[in-house]
Amino acid sequence: MISSRSKLSLYGEKAIEWLIRICGVSAIIFVFAIFFFLFREGAPILREPGFNLWRFLTSTEWYPTSMSNVRYGTFALIAGTLSVTGVAMLIAVPFGLGAAVFVSEFCTGKLRESLKVIIELLAAIPSIVWGFIGLTVMNPLIQTVFHVQVGLNVLNAALLLALMSIPVMVSIGEDALKAVPDSYREGALALGATRWQVIYRILLPAAKNGLLAAVLLGVGRAVGETMAVLMATGHAVNVPHSIFDSVRTLTATIAAELGEASQGSPHYRVLFLIGILLFTLTFIVNLVADLVVRGINRK
Amino acid sequence: MVTPKVQVENLRLSYGPKEVIHGISFHIEPNEILGIIGPAQSGKTSLLRCINRTIEFTTNTRQTGTIRVDGEDVSQMRDVYALRRKVGMVAPLPVGLPLSIYDNVAFAPRNAGVRQRAALDEIVERCLRQAALWDEVKDRLDSLGTKLSGGQQQRLTIARALSHSPQILCLDEFSIAIDPVTTMRIEDVLKELKKEMTIILVTNLVQQARRLAARTMFLWNGEIVEIGPTSEVFSDNPKDRRTYDYVNGIFG
Ligand SMILES: Nc1ncnc2c1ncn2[C@@H]1O[C@H](COP(=O)(O)OP(=O)(O)OP(=O)(O)O)[C@@H](O)[C@H]1O
Ligand SMILES: [Mg+2]
Repeated sequence: MISSRSKLSLYGEKAIEWLIRICGVSAIIFVFAIFFFLFREGAPILREPGFNLWRFLTSTEWYPTSMSNVRYGTFALIAGTLSVTGVAMLIAVPFGLGAAVFVSEFCTGKLRESLKVIIELLAAIPSIVWGFIGLTVMNPLIQTVFHVQVGLNVLNAALLLALMSIPVMVSIGEDALKAVPDSYREGALALGATRWQVIYRILLPAAKNGLLAAVLLGVGRAVGETMAVLMATGHAVNVPHSIFDSVRTLTATIAAELGEASQGSPHYRVLFLIGILLFTLTFIVNLVADLVVRGINRK
Repeated sequence: MVTPKVQVENLRLSYGPKEVIHGISFHIEPNEILGIIGPAQSGKTSLLRCINRTIEFTTNTRQTGTIRVDGEDVSQMRDVYALRRKVGMVAPLPVGLPLSIYDNVAFAPRNAGVRQRAALDEIVERCLRQAALWDEVKDRLDSLGTKLSGGQQQRLTIARALSHSPQILCLDEFSIAIDPVTTMRIEDVLKELKKEMTIILVTNLVQQARRLAARTMFLWNGEIVEIGPTSEVFSDNPKDRRTYDYVNGIFG
């Protein structure tokens, strides 16, 4: 009786172990499958006679449906994505991390709980709603405040992206700070350090990995965001010279054009190539961040 | 008469509903070593934490009575950070900060605005020497303080407490993780330090109080059983019978 039960539990344990293993492996398989799919759809264009990869990356001329002279230059789109994401991060990182510090270190009880609920609510707003806000609220606001012709521009989209990525940063960043043992705080305070000194000398260094992860998730969200930027950037192919210029991003281009490109056509393949480009972009961001963290840790 | 360095009047402290210090009064004179002995749970640590207001880290405490440092009521002090620099604290369990050995000791001076490398070097070396740790770590000041052994971490805590040149040094069972020989070396340093600062020595080793303290206080269940010259407390007929029993290890 006892032995049969323990046998059963042994099998159960094995089964669970396998289940977990399958889950882990499947995550890897999915990533590769996605990459393979992108590649299968996009790569054939590379062998097309008229296609030039260098031009694809450096030309600002994006005329994918031109009858006489088709040109696939994504430089302006890359510039659009980078400028919008960059400005968004300039706004979101200080505010997001600042809010994380505030919630984790300066709030207690009710205030803390209600702030966290509000931040989670903010994270739950669908991106199309943000797009609406960009179109109908920010657009006229930017026009009147900065006296510019169009309010659909880098600034508008960056503000939206900042608002969208701040909640992620706050909740992940707050977790990272909360994971720092209280004994560090008390040890430092007992030495007569002020709260501010405790934060920047002890907490931020101790939580740096988690905080970086928070920032990265925010960047990921911003780079990948489509709907809101489609509505708020003005969707004009343009290398921006100021934050008041309209731009178009890689993601918005795919979203707007993939439906019209017939499957298997060069245009269709180029859009997939843009997908690969996005993939590579986020991969580089992650890699750089990883190296930075390792560099800091070794020091 | 000189103002006492620390003057405690009718101090009561409770954690939630539980009162753990029941209205005690005593004083400490400048440049004195006061030994505090007493069984576990008698409130020794809590008492020290009231003096430099680190008790405020614990929520739900209630404290009445007054504590004066240099005649000034600590609860009225605006700058609690200055109070904590003035009253250094060595906790019984070492609290390593996630910094290098050097940065651990340089932490407080840097906070106080010391920037020059030479000045910091001087402080770090002096404090590590006083804590009898310098010889063991002088070649690896850049490695993490939390990677030291338990006893070394405790000495690092002592070095850190000395780094902001406190006027009052509270030592809470500083020697529990330190070997006897090193403990003796630190005790010698304490005798020297007495010239510069006032020392409150909480200890489970009654003989340590006997060796170092001018006066000794026996705290039991949140009340002072006896406070007086060490020679008297450790004599064959102290004022209270319980003191004799505790000091001689007859205590139940
Ligand atoms: N953070 C806390 N929350 C609630 N009760 C506490 C807390 N800290 C201490 N106490 C209680 O206060 C009483 C006195 O504790 P304290 O640590 O001051 O004693 P102690 O004399 O330092 O003991 P030991 O010799 O074991 O260090 C104990 O009954 C303890 O349970
Ligand atoms: Mg204690």
